[in-house]
Amino acid sequence: MNATPLMQATGLTRRFGGLVAVDGVSIDLHRGQVHAVIGTNGAGKSTLINLLSGEIPLSSGQIRLEGRDITTLAQPRRARSGVGRSYQRTTIFPALSVLENCRLAAQAGHQRPWTLWQGAQSCRASLGAAHAALEAAGLSDALYQPAGSMSHGKKRQLEIAMCLATNPQVLLLDEPLAGMGAEESERMLAMLERLRPGHAILLVEHDMNAVFRVADVITVMVNGAVIASGNPQEVRASPEVQRAYLGEQAHA
Amino acid sequence: MHSPTLPASAGAAAPHAVTPRRVAWLAPALVAVALAFAPLVLGAYYQELVVQIMIYAIFALSLELLAGTTGLVSLGHAAFFGIGAYATALFAPQYAPGSVPLLLVLAMLAAAGYALLVGALSLRTREVYFIMVTLAFAQMAYFVFHDTAIGGGSDGMYLTMRPVFELGGALLVDLERPRHRYFLALGLLVLCYAFLALVLRSRFGHALAGIRINEQRMRAAGYQTYRYKLAAFVLAGALAGMAGFLSAAKNGVVNPELLSWHESGAVLMMIILGGLGSLRGAVIGAVAFVLLKEFYSSEALLGSAIAGRWQLTLGLTMIAFVALLPKGLIGIGRRFTFPRKPS
Repeated sequence: MNATPLMQATGLTRRFGGLVAVDGVSIDLHRGQVHAVIGTNGAGKSTLINLLSGEIPLSSGQIRLEGRDITTLAQPRRARSGVGRSYQRTTIFPALSVLENCRLAAQAGHQRPWTLWQGAQSCRASLGAAHAALEAAGLSDALYQPAGSMSHGKKRQLEIAMCLATNPQVLLLDEPLAGMGAEESERMLAMLERLRPGHAILLVEHDMNAVFRVADVITVMVNGAVIASGNPQEVRASPEVQRAYLGEQAHA
Repeated sequence: MHSPTLPASAGAAAPHAVTPRRVAWLAPALVAVALAFAPLVLGAYYQELVVQIMIYAIFALSLELLAGTTGLVSLGHAAFFGIGAYATALFAPQYAPGSVPLLLVLAMLAAAGYALLVGALSLRTREVYFIMVTLAFAQMAYFVFHDTAIGGGSDGMYLTMRPVFELGGALLVDLERPRHRYFLALGLLVLCYAFLALVLRSRFGHALAGIRINEQRMRAAGYQTYRYKLAAFVLAGALAGMAGFLSAAKNGVVNPELLSWHESGAVLMMIILGGLGSLRGAVIGAVAFVLLKEFYSSEALLGSAIAGRWQLTLGLTMIAFVALLPKGLIGIGRRFTFPRKPS
Protein backbone atom coordinates (compact mmCIF):
# COMPACT_ATOMS: atom_id res chain seq x y z
CA MET A 1 0.00 0.00 0.00
CA ASN A 2 1.20 3.51 -0.79
CA ALA A 3 2.21 5.51 2.23
CA THR A 4 0.62 8.81 1.19
CA PRO A 5 -2.96 8.69 0.03
CA LEU A 6 -3.85 10.06 -3.40
CA MET A 7 -6.78 11.89 -1.90
CA GLN A 8 -6.94 12.73 1.76
CA ALA A 9 -9.94 14.34 3.41
CA THR A 10 -9.82 15.38 7.06
CA GLY A 11 -12.66 16.52 9.27
CA LEU A 12 -15.14 17.15 6.46
CA THR A 13 -18.26 18.80 7.80
CA ARG A 14 -21.25 20.12 5.94
CA ARG A 15 -24.23 21.74 7.59
CA PHE A 16 -27.51 22.51 5.87
CA GLY A 17 -29.06 24.99 8.30
CA GLY A 18 -29.41 23.06 11.54
CA LEU A 19 -28.82 19.67 9.95
CA VAL A 20 -25.30 18.27 9.98
CA ALA A 21 -25.30 16.13 6.83
CA VAL A 22 -21.64 15.21 7.05
CA ASP A 23 -20.03 15.39 10.47
CA GLY A 24 -16.25 15.41 10.78
CA VAL A 25 -15.58 12.67 8.24
CA SER A 26 -11.97 11.80 7.45
CA ILE A 27 -11.23 9.48 4.59
CA ASP A 28 -8.10 8.41 2.70
CA LEU A 29 -8.19 7.14 -0.87
CA HIS A 30 -5.20 5.20 -2.16
CA ARG A 31 -4.38 4.29 -5.72
CA GLY A 32 -5.10 0.63 -6.30
CA GLN A 33 -7.83 0.49 -3.68
CA VAL A 34 -11.59 0.42 -3.77
CA HIS A 35 -12.82 2.27 -0.72
CA ALA A 36 -16.51 1.61 -0.19
CA VAL A 37 -18.73 3.90 1.85
CA ILE A 38 -21.90 2.30 3.11
CA GLY A 39 -24.69 3.49 5.32
CA THR A 40 -28.42 3.83 5.44
CA ASN A 41 -30.32 6.34 3.33
CA GLY A 42 -29.60 9.83 4.58
CA ALA A 43 -26.32 8.83 6.15
CA GLY A 44 -24.55 11.53 4.11
CA LYS A 45 -22.82 9.35 1.52
CA SER A 46 -23.89 11.37 -1.52
CA THR A 47 -23.14 14.60 0.30
CA LEU A 48 -19.66 13.24 1.00
CA ILE A 49 -19.15 12.71 -2.74
CA ASN A 50 -20.50 16.19 -3.43
CA LEU A 51 -17.96 17.60 -0.97
CA LEU A 52 -15.03 15.63 -2.35
CA SER A 53 -15.87 16.55 -5.94
CA GLY A 54 -16.42 20.21 -5.07
CA GLU A 55 -20.04 20.26 -6.12
CA ILE A 56 -20.95 21.91 -2.82
CA PRO A 57 -18.60 23.82 -0.49
CA LEU A 58 -17.46 22.53 2.87
CA SER A 59 -18.57 24.02 6.18
CA SER A 60 -15.19 22.95 7.55
CA GLY A 61 -12.46 20.43 6.89
CA GLN A 62 -9.66 20.00 4.40
CA ILE A 63 -9.14 18.02 1.20
CA ARG A 64 -5.75 17.21 -0.28
CA LEU A 65 -4.97 15.68 -3.65
CA GLU A 66 -1.45 14.28 -3.93
CA GLY A 67 -0.57 16.41 -0.94
CA ARG A 68 -1.86 19.60 -2.53
CA ASP A 69 -4.61 21.48 -0.72
CA ILE A 70 -7.64 21.59 -3.04
CA THR A 71 -10.20 22.53 -0.41
CA THR A 72 -11.13 25.84 -2.03
CA LEU A 73 -10.82 24.68 -5.63
CA ALA A 74 -14.14 24.94 -7.50
CA GLN A 75 -15.55 21.79 -9.03
CA PRO A 76 -14.42 22.33 -12.65
CA ARG A 77 -10.80 22.93 -11.60
CA ARG A 78 -10.91 20.02 -9.20
CA ALA A 79 -12.20 17.82 -12.03
CA ARG A 80 -9.34 18.92 -14.24
CA SER A 81 -6.83 18.09 -11.51
CA GLY A 82 -8.00 14.49 -11.64
CA VAL A 83 -11.13 14.08 -9.54
CA GLY A 84 -13.85 12.36 -11.55
CA ARG A 85 -17.31 11.54 -10.35
CA SER A 86 -20.45 9.73 -11.44
CA TYR A 87 -23.95 10.50 -10.29
CA GLN A 88 -26.54 8.41 -8.55
CA ARG A 89 -29.19 9.77 -10.89
CA THR A 90 -27.86 9.30 -14.39
CA THR A 91 -26.72 12.64 -15.76
CA ILE A 92 -25.80 12.17 -19.39
CA PHE A 93 -26.57 14.24 -22.50
CA PRO A 94 -29.61 12.29 -23.75
CA ALA A 95 -29.88 14.09 -27.10
CA LEU A 96 -26.28 13.43 -28.09
CA SER A 97 -24.72 10.24 -29.39
CA VAL A 98 -22.88 7.93 -27.03
CA LEU A 99 -19.56 8.92 -28.60
CA GLU A 100 -20.29 12.64 -28.37
CA ASN A 101 -21.29 12.24 -24.71
CA CYS A 102 -17.83 10.93 -23.95
CA ARG A 103 -16.03 13.20 -26.41
CA LEU A 104 -17.59 16.27 -24.82
CA ALA A 105 -16.55 15.07 -21.39
CA ALA A 106 -13.02 14.41 -22.68
CA GLN A 107 -12.93 17.84 -24.35
CA ALA A 108 -12.88 19.36 -20.87
CA GLY A 109 -9.21 18.44 -20.77
CA HIS A 110 -8.54 20.02 -24.19
CA GLN A 111 -10.87 22.99 -24.17
CA ARG A 112 -9.22 25.69 -26.32
CA PRO A 113 -12.62 27.29 -27.02
CA TRP A 114 -11.10 29.88 -29.36
CA THR A 115 -10.31 27.29 -32.05
CA LEU A 116 -13.47 28.18 -33.93
CA TRP A 117 -12.12 27.06 -37.30
CA GLN A 118 -11.73 23.49 -36.10
CA GLY A 119 -14.70 21.16 -35.85
CA ALA A 120 -15.19 19.70 -32.39
CA GLN A 121 -15.57 16.25 -33.83
CA SER A 122 -12.15 16.38 -35.44
CA CYS A 123 -10.49 17.09 -32.08
CA ARG A 124 -8.17 14.07 -31.96
CA ALA A 125 -7.25 14.36 -28.32
CA SER A 126 -10.82 14.25 -27.08
CA LEU A 127 -11.87 11.60 -29.61
CA GLY A 128 -9.00 9.38 -28.51
CA ALA A 129 -9.90 9.72 -24.85
CA ALA A 130 -13.58 9.11 -25.63
CA HIS A 131 -12.89 5.92 -27.57
CA ALA A 132 -10.60 4.65 -24.84
CA ALA A 133 -13.21 5.33 -22.16
CA LEU A 134 -15.99 3.67 -24.19
CA GLU A 135 -13.75 0.68 -24.78
CA ALA A 136 -13.07 0.39 -21.06
CA ALA A 137 -16.79 0.63 -20.29
CA GLY A 138 -17.71 -1.88 -23.00
CA LEU A 139 -19.78 0.53 -25.05
CA SER A 140 -17.77 0.56 -28.27
CA ASP A 141 -20.58 -1.10 -30.21
CA ALA A 142 -23.09 1.71 -29.65
CA LEU A 143 -21.07 4.78 -30.64
CA TYR A 144 -23.68 6.54 -32.75
CA GLN A 145 -26.77 5.63 -30.75
CA PRO A 146 -28.50 8.56 -29.04
CA ALA A 147 -27.56 8.20 -25.38
CA GLY A 148 -31.14 8.80 -24.25
CA SER A 149 -32.40 5.74 -26.13
CA MET A 150 -30.17 3.23 -24.34
CA SER A 151 -31.23 0.83 -21.60
CA HIS A 152 -30.84 1.89 -17.98
CA GLY A 153 -27.86 -0.40 -17.51
CA LYS A 154 -26.07 0.99 -20.56
CA LYS A 155 -26.75 4.52 -19.37
CA ARG A 156 -25.08 3.66 -16.09
CA GLN A 157 -22.09 2.33 -18.02
CA LEU A 158 -22.01 5.52 -20.06
CA GLU A 159 -22.14 7.52 -16.84
CA ILE A 160 -18.89 5.82 -15.78
CA ALA A 161 -17.39 6.11 -19.27
CA MET A 162 -17.97 9.88 -19.25
CA CYS A 163 -16.19 10.04 -15.93
CA LEU A 164 -13.27 7.99 -17.31
CA ALA A 165 -13.09 10.14 -20.45
CA THR A 166 -11.79 13.03 -18.35
CA ASN A 167 -8.84 10.82 -17.41
CA PRO A 168 -9.25 11.08 -13.62
CA GLN A 169 -7.00 9.61 -10.97
CA VAL A 170 -9.72 9.56 -8.33
CA LEU A 171 -13.09 8.02 -9.13
CA LEU A 172 -16.02 8.97 -6.93
CA LEU A 173 -18.80 6.58 -7.89
CA ASP A 174 -22.26 7.18 -6.49
CA GLU A 175 -24.22 3.92 -6.58
CA PRO A 176 -23.05 2.69 -9.96
CA LEU A 177 -25.06 -0.52 -9.55
CA ALA A 178 -28.38 1.15 -8.75
CA GLY A 179 -31.21 -0.42 -10.72
CA MET A 180 -28.96 -2.82 -12.58
CA GLY A 181 -29.73 -6.43 -13.38
CA ALA A 182 -27.48 -9.26 -12.20
CA GLU A 183 -25.59 -9.56 -15.47
CA GLU A 184 -25.09 -5.81 -15.79
CA SER A 185 -23.88 -5.65 -12.19
CA GLU A 186 -21.33 -8.36 -12.92
CA ARG A 187 -20.04 -6.39 -15.88
CA MET A 188 -19.78 -3.22 -13.81
CA LEU A 189 -17.92 -5.02 -11.01
CA ALA A 190 -15.52 -6.53 -13.54
CA MET A 191 -14.89 -3.01 -14.82
CA LEU A 192 -14.18 -1.79 -11.30
CA GLU A 193 -11.63 -4.59 -10.93
CA ARG A 194 -9.94 -3.46 -14.14
CA LEU A 195 -9.91 0.18 -13.05
CA ARG A 196 -8.63 -0.52 -9.57
CA PRO A 197 -4.88 -0.70 -10.30
CA GLY A 198 -4.68 2.74 -11.90
CA HIS A 199 -7.16 4.64 -9.78
CA ALA A 200 -8.20 5.51 -6.28
CA ILE A 201 -11.87 4.57 -6.16
CA LEU A 202 -14.51 5.68 -3.70
CA LEU A 203 -17.58 3.54 -4.08
CA VAL A 204 -20.93 4.42 -2.54
CA GLU A 205 -23.15 1.40 -2.94
CA HIS A 206 -26.18 -0.26 -1.41
CA ASP A 207 -25.53 -3.73 -2.80
CA MET A 208 -23.74 -5.35 0.17
CA ASN A 209 -22.68 -8.47 -1.71
CA ALA A 210 -20.94 -6.31 -4.29
CA VAL A 211 -19.36 -4.09 -1.67
CA PHE A 212 -17.92 -6.97 0.35
CA ARG A 213 -16.66 -8.55 -2.84
CA VAL A 214 -14.72 -5.63 -4.36
CA ALA A 215 -13.90 -3.32 -1.46
CA ASP A 216 -10.43 -3.18 0.06
CA VAL A 217 -11.58 -0.76 2.74
CA ILE A 218 -15.10 -0.11 3.99
CA THR A 219 -16.25 2.96 5.85
CA VAL A 220 -19.63 2.90 7.54
CA MET A 221 -21.57 6.11 8.01
CA VAL A 222 -24.55 6.76 10.24
CA ASN A 223 -26.21 10.18 10.52
CA GLY A 224 -23.34 11.90 8.76
CA ALA A 225 -20.59 10.44 10.94
CA VAL A 226 -18.20 7.53 10.50
CA ILE A 227 -18.91 4.73 12.99
CA ALA A 228 -16.44 2.19 11.63
CA SER A 229 -13.72 1.89 9.03
CA GLY A 230 -11.45 -0.99 8.11
CA ASN A 231 -11.10 -4.02 5.91
CA PRO A 232 -14.26 -6.03 5.15
CA GLN A 233 -13.60 -8.60 7.88
CA GLU A 234 -13.15 -5.94 10.53
CA VAL A 235 -16.25 -4.11 9.47
CA ARG A 236 -18.32 -7.26 9.32
CA ALA A 237 -17.20 -8.17 12.83
CA SER A 238 -17.82 -4.72 14.32
CA PRO A 239 -20.73 -4.92 16.77
CA GLU A 240 -21.59 -1.27 16.18
CA VAL A 241 -21.95 -1.86 12.47
CA GLN A 242 -24.09 -4.92 13.01
CA ARG A 243 -26.34 -3.00 15.31
CA ALA A 244 -26.58 0.12 13.18
CA TYR A 245 -26.68 -1.20 9.70
CA LEU A 246 -26.11 -4.81 8.83
CA GLY A 247 -28.59 -5.94 11.45
CA GLU A 248 -31.31 -3.89 9.83
CA GLN A 249 -30.36 -5.34 6.51
CA ALA A 250 -30.62 -8.86 7.83
CA HIS A 251 -34.12 -8.30 9.15
CA ALA A 252 -35.29 -6.51 6.03
CA MET B 1 -9.22 -8.21 -38.87
CA HIS B 2 -11.14 -5.05 -39.48
CA SER B 3 -13.53 -2.96 -37.49
CA PRO B 4 -17.22 -3.62 -38.06
CA THR B 5 -18.42 -1.58 -40.99
CA LEU B 6 -21.00 1.05 -40.32
CA PRO B 7 -23.76 1.86 -42.74
CA ALA B 8 -22.41 4.20 -45.41
CA SER B 9 -24.48 7.06 -44.11
CA ALA B 10 -23.56 6.52 -40.46
CA GLY B 11 -21.10 9.40 -40.40
CA ALA B 12 -23.46 11.89 -41.97
CA ALA B 13 -26.64 10.77 -40.30
CA ALA B 14 -25.14 10.11 -36.90
CA PRO B 15 -27.46 11.70 -34.38
CA HIS B 16 -25.15 14.39 -33.09
CA ALA B 17 -27.88 16.84 -32.34
CA VAL B 18 -25.59 19.84 -32.57
CA THR B 19 -23.80 18.81 -35.74
CA PRO B 20 -25.02 20.20 -39.03
CA ARG B 21 -25.29 17.57 -41.73
CA ARG B 22 -22.58 17.52 -44.34
CA VAL B 23 -24.60 19.47 -46.90
CA ALA B 24 -26.02 21.80 -44.28
CA TRP B 25 -24.43 24.80 -45.99
CA LEU B 26 -26.07 24.14 -49.36
CA ALA B 27 -29.56 25.52 -48.73
CA PRO B 28 -28.31 28.69 -46.97
CA ALA B 29 -25.77 29.23 -49.78
CA LEU B 30 -28.50 28.96 -52.43
CA VAL B 31 -30.66 31.42 -50.52
CA ALA B 32 -27.72 33.84 -50.27
CA VAL B 33 -27.11 33.62 -54.02
CA ALA B 34 -30.80 34.16 -54.73
CA LEU B 35 -30.78 37.18 -52.42
CA ALA B 36 -27.75 38.56 -54.25
CA PHE B 37 -29.72 38.62 -57.50
CA ALA B 38 -33.05 39.61 -55.97
CA PRO B 39 -32.55 43.42 -56.36
CA LEU B 40 -32.73 42.90 -60.14
CA VAL B 41 -36.41 42.06 -59.84
CA LEU B 42 -37.42 43.71 -56.55
CA GLY B 43 -39.03 47.14 -56.46
CA ALA B 44 -37.80 49.77 -54.03
CA TYR B 45 -40.43 48.92 -51.40
CA TYR B 46 -39.75 45.21 -51.38
CA GLN B 47 -36.02 45.78 -51.42
CA GLU B 48 -36.35 47.79 -48.21
CA LEU B 49 -38.56 45.07 -46.76
CA VAL B 50 -35.91 42.44 -47.49
CA VAL B 51 -33.28 44.66 -45.82
CA GLN B 52 -35.55 44.90 -42.78
CA ILE B 53 -35.90 41.11 -42.76
CA MET B 54 -32.13 40.62 -43.06
CA ILE B 55 -31.53 42.95 -40.13
CA TYR B 56 -34.01 41.02 -38.00
CA ALA B 57 -32.46 37.76 -39.19
CA ILE B 58 -29.07 38.85 -37.80
CA PHE B 59 -30.79 39.95 -34.59
CA ALA B 60 -32.61 36.62 -34.34
CA LEU B 61 -29.41 34.66 -35.08
CA SER B 62 -27.67 36.48 -32.23
CA LEU B 63 -30.39 35.44 -29.80
CA GLU B 64 -30.40 31.92 -31.20
CA LEU B 65 -26.79 31.51 -29.99
CA LEU B 66 -27.96 32.44 -26.52
CA ALA B 67 -31.40 30.84 -26.26
CA GLY B 68 -31.32 28.02 -28.79
CA THR B 69 -27.73 26.87 -28.36
CA THR B 70 -26.79 27.74 -24.80
CA GLY B 71 -30.28 27.55 -23.32
CA LEU B 72 -30.22 31.08 -21.91
CA VAL B 73 -33.60 32.68 -22.54
CA SER B 74 -33.06 36.42 -22.35
CA LEU B 75 -35.95 38.86 -22.37
CA GLY B 76 -33.67 41.85 -22.71
CA HIS B 77 -31.87 41.19 -25.94
CA ALA B 78 -33.20 44.35 -27.63
CA ALA B 79 -30.95 46.39 -25.32
CA PHE B 80 -27.91 45.32 -27.32
CA PHE B 81 -29.67 45.95 -30.62
CA GLY B 82 -30.69 49.42 -29.46
CA ILE B 83 -27.29 50.26 -28.01
CA GLY B 84 -25.68 49.27 -31.32
CA ALA B 85 -28.11 51.57 -33.13
CA TYR B 86 -27.57 54.45 -30.69
CA ALA B 87 -23.79 54.02 -30.81
CA THR B 88 -23.97 54.37 -34.60
CA ALA B 89 -25.95 57.60 -34.31
CA LEU B 90 -23.92 59.01 -31.42
CA PHE B 91 -20.47 58.29 -32.84
CA ALA B 92 -21.35 59.47 -36.36
CA PRO B 93 -19.89 62.92 -37.10
CA GLN B 94 -22.59 65.56 -37.42
CA TYR B 95 -21.58 67.32 -40.62
CA ALA B 96 -19.91 64.52 -42.55
CA PRO B 97 -20.77 60.91 -43.24
CA GLY B 98 -19.30 58.43 -40.76
CA SER B 99 -17.17 55.45 -41.70
CA VAL B 100 -18.97 52.12 -42.11
CA PRO B 101 -16.26 49.88 -40.60
CA LEU B 102 -15.51 52.27 -37.76
CA LEU B 103 -19.15 52.76 -36.77
CA LEU B 104 -19.86 49.07 -37.18
CA VAL B 105 -17.01 48.16 -34.85
CA LEU B 106 -18.00 50.86 -32.35
CA ALA B 107 -21.64 49.70 -32.39
CA MET B 108 -20.60 46.11 -31.80
CA LEU B 109 -18.13 47.09 -29.06
CA ALA B 110 -20.72 49.24 -27.28
CA ALA B 111 -23.26 46.42 -27.38
CA ALA B 112 -20.64 43.87 -26.30
CA GLY B 113 -19.55 46.14 -23.46
CA TYR B 114 -23.05 46.38 -22.06
CA ALA B 115 -23.51 42.64 -22.62
CA LEU B 116 -20.37 42.00 -20.57
CA LEU B 117 -21.80 43.99 -17.68
CA VAL B 118 -25.32 42.52 -17.93
CA GLY B 119 -24.04 39.00 -18.51
CA ALA B 120 -21.54 39.10 -15.65
CA LEU B 121 -24.37 39.89 -13.23
CA SER B 122 -27.39 38.13 -14.76
CA LEU B 123 -25.57 34.82 -15.36
CA ARG B 124 -25.32 34.41 -11.60
CA THR B 125 -29.05 33.69 -11.71
CA ARG B 126 -30.97 30.97 -13.48
CA GLU B 127 -34.16 30.32 -15.39
CA VAL B 128 -37.00 32.70 -14.56
CA TYR B 129 -34.71 34.92 -12.49
CA PHE B 130 -32.36 35.18 -15.45
CA ILE B 131 -35.30 36.26 -17.62
CA MET B 132 -36.29 38.92 -15.09
CA VAL B 133 -32.75 40.24 -14.59
CA THR B 134 -32.08 40.56 -18.32
CA LEU B 135 -35.43 42.31 -18.71
CA ALA B 136 -34.57 44.68 -15.87
CA PHE B 137 -31.21 45.63 -17.40
CA ALA B 138 -32.83 46.21 -20.79
CA GLN B 139 -35.48 48.44 -19.21
CA MET B 140 -32.72 50.37 -17.45
CA ALA B 141 -31.01 51.02 -20.78
CA TYR B 142 -34.38 51.91 -22.33
CA PHE B 143 -35.10 54.54 -19.70
CA VAL B 144 -31.59 55.97 -19.91
CA PHE B 145 -32.23 56.80 -23.56
CA HIS B 146 -35.90 57.62 -23.01
CA ASP B 147 -35.51 60.02 -20.08
CA THR B 148 -32.13 61.66 -20.60
CA ALA B 149 -30.86 64.00 -23.30
CA ILE B 150 -28.02 61.68 -24.39
CA GLY B 151 -29.86 60.38 -27.43
CA GLY B 152 -32.56 62.99 -27.88
CA GLY B 153 -34.91 61.62 -25.24
CA SER B 154 -38.12 59.88 -26.24
CA ASP B 155 -37.97 61.33 -29.76
CA GLY B 156 -34.65 59.70 -30.49
CA MET B 157 -32.13 61.18 -32.89
CA TYR B 158 -31.32 61.34 -36.57
CA LEU B 159 -28.25 60.33 -38.49
CA THR B 160 -27.69 63.49 -40.46
CA MET B 161 -25.73 61.54 -43.04
CA ARG B 162 -25.59 57.80 -43.55
CA PRO B 163 -22.18 56.13 -43.19
CA VAL B 164 -19.88 55.54 -46.15
CA PHE B 165 -16.79 53.44 -46.76
CA GLU B 166 -13.96 55.07 -48.67
CA LEU B 167 -10.73 53.33 -49.57
CA GLY B 168 -7.91 55.24 -51.23
CA GLY B 169 -10.22 58.03 -52.28
CA ALA B 170 -12.73 55.67 -53.91
CA LEU B 171 -16.23 55.62 -52.45
CA LEU B 172 -16.88 51.90 -52.16
CA VAL B 173 -19.98 51.91 -49.99
CA ASP B 174 -22.47 54.73 -49.68
CA LEU B 175 -25.38 53.81 -47.47
CA GLU B 176 -27.44 56.71 -48.82
CA ARG B 177 -27.97 54.40 -51.78
CA PRO B 178 -30.60 51.72 -51.12
CA ARG B 179 -28.75 49.07 -53.08
CA HIS B 180 -25.60 49.57 -51.02
CA ARG B 181 -27.64 49.17 -47.87
CA TYR B 182 -29.09 45.99 -49.31
CA PHE B 183 -25.74 44.44 -50.12
CA LEU B 184 -24.13 45.49 -46.85
CA ALA B 185 -27.01 43.87 -44.94
CA LEU B 186 -26.77 40.75 -47.08
CA GLY B 187 -22.99 40.57 -46.65
CA LEU B 188 -23.21 40.94 -42.88
CA LEU B 189 -26.01 38.37 -42.69
CA VAL B 190 -23.92 35.85 -44.62
CA LEU B 191 -20.91 36.60 -42.41
CA CYS B 192 -22.97 36.28 -39.26
CA TYR B 193 -24.54 33.01 -40.37
CA ALA B 194 -21.22 31.51 -41.48
CA PHE B 195 -19.54 32.63 -38.26
CA LEU B 196 -22.26 31.08 -36.10
CA ALA B 197 -22.18 27.88 -38.16
CA LEU B 198 -18.44 27.68 -37.41
CA VAL B 199 -19.08 28.39 -33.74
CA LEU B 200 -21.67 25.62 -33.49
CA ARG B 201 -19.32 23.17 -35.13
CA SER B 202 -16.37 24.08 -32.91
CA ARG B 203 -15.41 22.86 -29.46
CA PHE B 204 -16.81 26.10 -28.05
CA GLY B 205 -20.20 25.49 -29.66
CA HIS B 206 -20.33 21.88 -28.54
CA ALA B 207 -19.54 23.00 -25.01
CA LEU B 208 -22.38 25.55 -25.17
CA ALA B 209 -24.78 22.83 -26.30
CA GLY B 210 -23.54 20.63 -23.47
CA ILE B 211 -24.26 23.44 -21.01
CA ARG B 212 -27.80 23.74 -22.38
CA ILE B 213 -28.45 20.02 -22.04
CA ASN B 214 -26.76 19.36 -18.70
CA GLU B 215 -24.73 22.09 -17.06
CA GLN B 216 -24.10 20.05 -13.92
CA ARG B 217 -22.36 17.36 -15.93
CA MET B 218 -20.29 19.95 -17.78
CA ARG B 219 -19.01 21.33 -14.49
CA ALA B 220 -18.30 17.82 -13.24
CA ALA B 221 -16.28 17.16 -16.41
CA GLY B 222 -14.19 20.28 -15.77
CA TYR B 223 -15.80 23.15 -17.68
CA GLN B 224 -16.01 26.54 -16.01
CA THR B 225 -19.49 27.00 -17.40
CA TYR B 226 -19.94 30.56 -16.18
CA ARG B 227 -17.13 31.73 -18.47
CA TYR B 228 -18.60 29.90 -21.44
CA LYS B 229 -22.02 31.41 -20.83
CA LEU B 230 -20.52 34.86 -20.44
CA ALA B 231 -18.60 34.47 -23.70
CA ALA B 232 -21.81 33.42 -25.46
CA PHE B 233 -23.67 36.34 -23.92
CA VAL B 234 -21.07 38.90 -25.06
CA LEU B 235 -20.88 37.37 -28.53
CA ALA B 236 -24.66 37.46 -28.85
CA GLY B 237 -24.65 41.07 -27.66
CA ALA B 238 -22.02 42.06 -30.22
CA LEU B 239 -23.99 40.46 -33.07
CA ALA B 240 -27.18 42.15 -31.90
CA GLY B 241 -25.17 45.38 -31.99
CA MET B 242 -24.30 44.61 -35.61
CA ALA B 243 -28.00 44.35 -36.40
CA GLY B 244 -28.53 47.62 -34.51
CA PHE B 245 -25.90 49.35 -36.64
CA LEU B 246 -27.70 48.21 -39.79
CA SER B 247 -31.02 49.36 -38.40
CA ALA B 248 -29.66 52.85 -37.70
CA ALA B 249 -28.00 53.01 -41.12
CA LYS B 250 -31.15 51.83 -42.87
CA ASN B 251 -33.66 54.07 -41.14
CA GLY B 252 -31.40 57.07 -40.54
CA VAL B 253 -33.05 57.45 -37.17
CA VAL B 254 -32.91 55.78 -33.78
CA ASN B 255 -35.36 55.96 -30.88
CA PRO B 256 -35.76 54.32 -27.48
CA GLU B 257 -38.36 51.86 -28.79
CA LEU B 258 -35.48 49.91 -30.36
CA LEU B 259 -34.53 48.86 -26.81
CA SER B 260 -38.05 48.22 -25.58
CA TRP B 261 -39.19 44.91 -24.19
CA HIS B 262 -41.59 44.66 -27.13
CA GLU B 263 -38.57 44.28 -29.36
CA SER B 264 -37.00 41.77 -26.98
CA GLY B 265 -40.24 39.82 -27.07
CA ALA B 266 -40.46 40.08 -30.85
CA VAL B 267 -37.01 38.61 -31.44
CA LEU B 268 -37.74 35.84 -28.97
CA MET B 269 -40.96 35.12 -30.87
CA MET B 270 -39.00 34.98 -34.12
CA ILE B 271 -36.71 32.21 -32.97
CA ILE B 272 -39.57 30.31 -31.36
CA LEU B 273 -41.68 30.73 -34.50
CA GLY B 274 -38.84 29.47 -36.69
CA GLY B 275 -37.84 26.67 -34.36
CA LEU B 276 -35.31 26.83 -31.51
CA GLY B 277 -32.05 25.02 -31.94
CA SER B 278 -31.09 25.79 -35.52
CA LEU B 279 -29.65 28.77 -37.36
CA ARG B 280 -31.97 28.46 -40.30
CA GLY B 281 -34.91 28.32 -37.91
CA ALA B 282 -33.90 31.75 -36.62
CA VAL B 283 -33.73 33.15 -40.16
CA ILE B 284 -37.02 31.55 -41.18
CA GLY B 285 -38.61 32.91 -38.03
CA ALA B 286 -37.40 36.44 -38.82
CA VAL B 287 -38.80 36.18 -42.35
CA ALA B 288 -42.15 34.87 -41.13
CA PHE B 289 -42.42 37.40 -38.32
CA VAL B 290 -41.70 40.45 -40.47
CA LEU B 291 -44.00 39.26 -43.26
CA LEU B 292 -46.83 38.45 -40.85
CA LYS B 293 -46.46 41.83 -39.19
CA GLU B 294 -46.38 43.51 -42.60
CA PHE B 295 -49.51 41.64 -43.64
CA TYR B 296 -51.52 42.26 -40.47
CA SER B 297 -50.65 45.94 -40.36
CA SER B 298 -51.46 46.55 -44.02
CA GLU B 299 -54.46 48.89 -44.31
CA ALA B 300 -54.65 48.27 -48.04
CA LEU B 301 -55.22 44.55 -47.50
CA LEU B 302 -57.20 44.40 -44.29
CA GLY B 303 -58.72 47.84 -43.78
CA SER B 304 -57.81 50.25 -41.00
CA ALA B 305 -60.01 48.62 -38.35
CA ILE B 306 -58.12 45.32 -38.47
CA ALA B 307 -54.75 46.70 -39.53
CA GLY B 308 -54.76 49.03 -36.53
CA ARG B 309 -54.98 46.01 -34.27
CA TRP B 310 -52.12 44.07 -35.80
CA GLN B 311 -50.69 43.17 -32.39
CA LEU B 312 -53.87 41.25 -31.64
CA THR B 313 -53.99 39.38 -34.94
CA LEU B 314 -50.25 38.71 -34.88
CA GLY B 315 -50.50 37.49 -31.31
CA LEU B 316 -53.33 35.10 -32.14
CA THR B 317 -51.35 33.81 -35.09
CA MET B 318 -48.35 33.24 -32.84
CA ILE B 319 -50.49 31.26 -30.42
CA ALA B 320 -51.82 29.16 -33.29
CA PHE B 321 -48.32 28.51 -34.59
CA VAL B 322 -46.96 27.48 -31.21
CA ALA B 323 -49.98 25.23 -30.58
CA LEU B 324 -49.88 23.57 -33.99
CA LEU B 325 -46.13 23.62 -34.66
CA PRO B 326 -44.36 23.12 -31.35
CA LYS B 327 -41.05 22.63 -33.19
CA GLY B 328 -41.49 25.81 -35.19
CA LEU B 329 -41.70 26.34 -38.92
CA ILE B 330 -38.52 24.35 -39.41
CA GLY B 331 -40.41 21.38 -38.00
CA ILE B 332 -42.75 21.35 -40.99
CA GLY B 333 -40.07 20.11 -43.36
CA ARG B 334 -38.97 17.47 -40.89
CA ARG B 335 -42.52 16.28 -40.47
CA PHE B 336 -42.63 15.45 -44.17
CA THR B 337 -39.18 13.93 -44.44
CA PHE B 338 -39.66 11.44 -41.61
CA PRO B 339 -42.44 8.88 -41.88
CA ARG B 340 -45.01 9.19 -39.12
CA LYS B 341 -45.42 6.40 -36.69
CA PRO B 342 -48.40 4.19 -37.56
CA SER B 343 -51.19 4.92 -35.11
